[in-house]
Amino acid sequence: MSTETHAHDEHHAHDEHHEEETFISKYVFSQDHKMIAKQFLITGMFMAVIGMTMSSLFRLQLGWQGESFKIFSFLLGDKWAPDGVMDSNMYLALVTIHGTIMVFFLLTAGLSGTFANLLIPLQVGARDMASGFLNMLSYWFFFLSSCIMFCSIFIETGPASGGWTIYPPLSALPEAMPGSGLGMTLWLLSMTLFVVSALLGGLNYVVTIINLRTKGMTMMRLPLSIWALFVTAILGVLSFPVLVSAILLLMADRLLGTSFYLSDIFINGQVLDFHGGSPILYEHLFWFLGHPEVYIVLLPALGLSSEIIAINSRKPVFGYRAMVGSILAIGFLSFIVWGHHMFMTGMNPFLGAVFTFTTLLIAIPSAVKAFNYITTLWKGNIVYTPAMLFAVAMVSTFVTGGVTGIILADSALDIAIHDTLFVTAHFHVVMGLSSVMAMFGGVYHWFPKMYGRMMNTKLGYAHFWLTFVAAYGVFFPMHFTGIMGVPRRYYTNSEFPMFDEALPLDQIISVFAIMGAFAQCIFFFNFFYSIFRGQKAIQNPWRANTLEWTTPVEMGHGNWPGDLPVVHRWAYDFSKPGKPEDFVLQTVPLEEGEEDGGGH
Amino acid sequence: MISLLTYAVIILGVIAIVQLVRVFELTGELKGRKEWEISEKDNTMQANLYLWFGIVLFVLFGWLVVEYGGSAQPNGSVHGVKYDNLLMINFVLVVFVFLVVNAVLFYFAWKYRRDANRVPEYVTHSTKLEIIWTLVPSIVMAGVIIYGIMFWYETIMTKPSEDAIVIELYSKQFDWTARYGGADNQVGNAHVRLIEGANFLGIDVEDPTSKDDKIVKGEFHIPIGKEISFQLRSQDVLHGAYMPNFRMQINTVPGQMTFFHFTPNKTTKQQREELDDPEFHYVLMCNKICGASHYNMQMNIIVETEEEYNKWLGEQKDFMAQVPELFENSEEKLMAEKK
Repeated sequence: MSTETHAHDEHHAHDEHHEEETFISKYVFSQDHKMIAKQFLITGMFMAVIGMTMSSLFRLQLGWQGESFKIFSFLLGDKWAPDGVMDSNMYLALVTIHGTIMVFFLLTAGLSGTFANLLIPLQVGARDMASGFLNMLSYWFFFLSSCIMFCSIFIETGPASGGWTIYPPLSALPEAMPGSGLGMTLWLLSMTLFVVSALLGGLNYVVTIINLRTKGMTMMRLPLSIWALFVTAILGVLSFPVLVSAILLLMADRLLGTSFYLSDIFINGQVLDFHGGSPILYEHLFWFLGHPEVYIVLLPALGLSSEIIAINSRKPVFGYRAMVGSILAIGFLSFIVWGHHMFMTGMNPFLGAVFTFTTLLIAIPSAVKAFNYITTLWKGNIVYTPAMLFAVAMVSTFVTGGVTGIILADSALDIAIHDTLFVTAHFHVVMGLSSVMAMFGGVYHWFPKMYGRMMNTKLGYAHFWLTFVAAYGVFFPMHFTGIMGVPRRYYTNSEFPMFDEALPLDQIISVFAIMGAFAQCIFFFNFFYSIFRGQKAIQNPWRANTLEWTTPVEMGHGNWPGDLPVVHRWAYDFSKPGKPEDFVLQTVPLEEGEEDGGGH
Repeated sequence: MISLLTYAVIILGVIAIVQLVRVFELTGELKGRKEWEISEKDNTMQANLYLWFGIVLFVLFGWLVVEYGGSAQPNGSVHGVKYDNLLMINFVLVVFVFLVVNAVLFYFAWKYRRDANRVPEYVTHSTKLEIIWTLVPSIVMAGVIIYGIMFWYETIMTKPSEDAIVIELYSKQFDWTARYGGADNQVGNAHVRLIEGANFLGIDVEDPTSKDDKIVKGEFHIPIGKEISFQLRSQDVLHGAYMPNFRMQINTVPGQMTFFHFTPNKTTKQQREELDDPEFHYVLMCNKICGASHYNMQMNIIVETEEEYNKWLGEQKDFMAQVPELFENSEEKLMAEKK
């Protein structure tokens, strides 16, 4: 296997991993990036179960509107589900917390937190993150934030329920809805801690990638997963602080009586003292984070899929430079498109035209990425590991969800479909499904690096097909209910006879959603079972090229027992003519006259 | 007792599955199966499943298009005709890309499944291909952008004509109120601080244009073929004024006025006849989450001929006639001040 690393074993009797490790320092307040990655993953999974259960509950309500279910009485109690019929405030609360958990806790912290932590040091050839201590703090802030969000579900007035975007004045006035009381305060507190965690993590990722690359690991030799995580971290560091400022101003409006977002409000029979603020200011601040956030969620998915697809097609990733270029272009553009969430808010319509233009530009690098994935498969020799199934599915959902973005990006077309289920379907497919698919793919693929064991392949297959079928089954019909004009966040659409046609589709969606939720049991079982009883892994099970596969199966803190590996080539020398194997590790020196693939 | 049994069954079920998996694992180990080696049979099976998935997906998509493709709400406005056209063009483009790219993806996923005899080609890139698939989307996007922005300019960025009928839509949790300008076609000033008793919109009684305003709840009427200029206000939280039939939507924002305008091109009666649905109604609904009854914040809109509209409007009382006491007070106050 790797030639460099093992040659120098004797020199290194003094590595960090010889420090005494107690249970607490190893499993709880660990500063080892691998352990922190696992902590992020499992916390993210725990939150995902809550988010998913919530979606099953509100899908039950939407499929069989206003009907009584025992499970509602059981889980929500008499207050929120009198006689087993869900209360409309509870419906909004479920939708809100589902969104918050999925976007932030699962697909930001769960996805980036896991794979940035696991892969960055391993793939750039570093012993750990630039600051292990900040990294540990990053997790524990996230943990605290998760705890607060979790607790907020159980308080008397219910959790935040103004939608995951928590637009004021609804979110600012406890008079406006029960969820805007203590629940919203906890939401804001939780998200503030979340941002602290994201910033500590993000700074660490950026610094590690810039400074701790091993010898020979030039930027243009980085695997695409690292490029994607790099740009993701930069987006996070630049945009999350804006969310904090938005939250702080909102807190001030709620607690100190300032008027940043509020003006001229008459509610519950009295005029409030707010004057001169504008909720549209909040929307600008929120979406200045909110849109880059979409790419914070999506880019790691694109990066992980690039890795998995190249490895399992046994072919170099097609157009490496174009892929890097598209990641950078998407990252840059993501900062100048936020207004497309606000075409209908009463923002100056001229801005609508500008944001239409910038938004549609994103279609270009996205198209390049999609075509390059497909060309990577072309004339390959595809091995269907469970990870590969998920990665190919990600390309499909990325395309399917991406194309409907062309319609929504167009301010003119947005007029009639803004805030309908068409939007819900669009972003769930392109952002939700793509990222979830890639995240599953990543877990199956890097599980041997996390736990030194393999996950069960057969269960992986079953999990994949049920998930993929459910995914399309849920969100495909939803586009059509959106075209009918059914608004999102409606507790029921039976108040409008014009939407009766949507009811059978609603039921189909709900059946698939609940099926999809149950399918995840297979994954959870496989995951936890394999941690303890899975087959023992070998060093490089997928015959991949990147540095993490040069580490021993049982890694200590410090990753490589000897010297750090030295990199001589790009990460995608698969099936290179004239090589004994169909893969060449990055640590293998170039032969005389051999050209490095990435540097075209 | 039953719940206890249920839990017992669930726990036993989990144990059974664990044991079953363990049996599979052990037999696998006996056969020397390795999780990282995918057997030929498994690999081909997964590739075939991908192909079948693609086929079923397209068939289902076809079914959805046939069954529900034409289920957009019937259009009732002049610009809506153009809107529907633009949407259709975009849909054709989007569906074309969706079908072609997914078809190629699923086909490749099946075709290039592992084959011991195939040596994968070592291609790292192709500048020519990459330029093509950068340029083609760029050109298509340029078209989409130009067409879209032109339409946006025509419908949203233009001002309504001078003689458009002015209507104020007023939103609060959880209902709508419409206010017509009356004889002078001007709605009077209003502010939340003036809300008091019967003056629930906070209309400024000292503004002379407010006397003949007409306040309408439940449903409001508009004439066919005349431009309607809406101004919108909210008294509590954000709401969204959504009229799917008129292809119109704008949020209402407390502390700020928002606007839109359109010309209806079909009366409610015509629409009912065409759809053969005597229950049909144009509706204004709320489309920005606003609280518990968000899902039922609606108001019917009746489009009728100009004569019918004028007759209906004539039957509506002026604001001054609706709440005369307000104006008496204000006149008394004025007198008092003068003294």
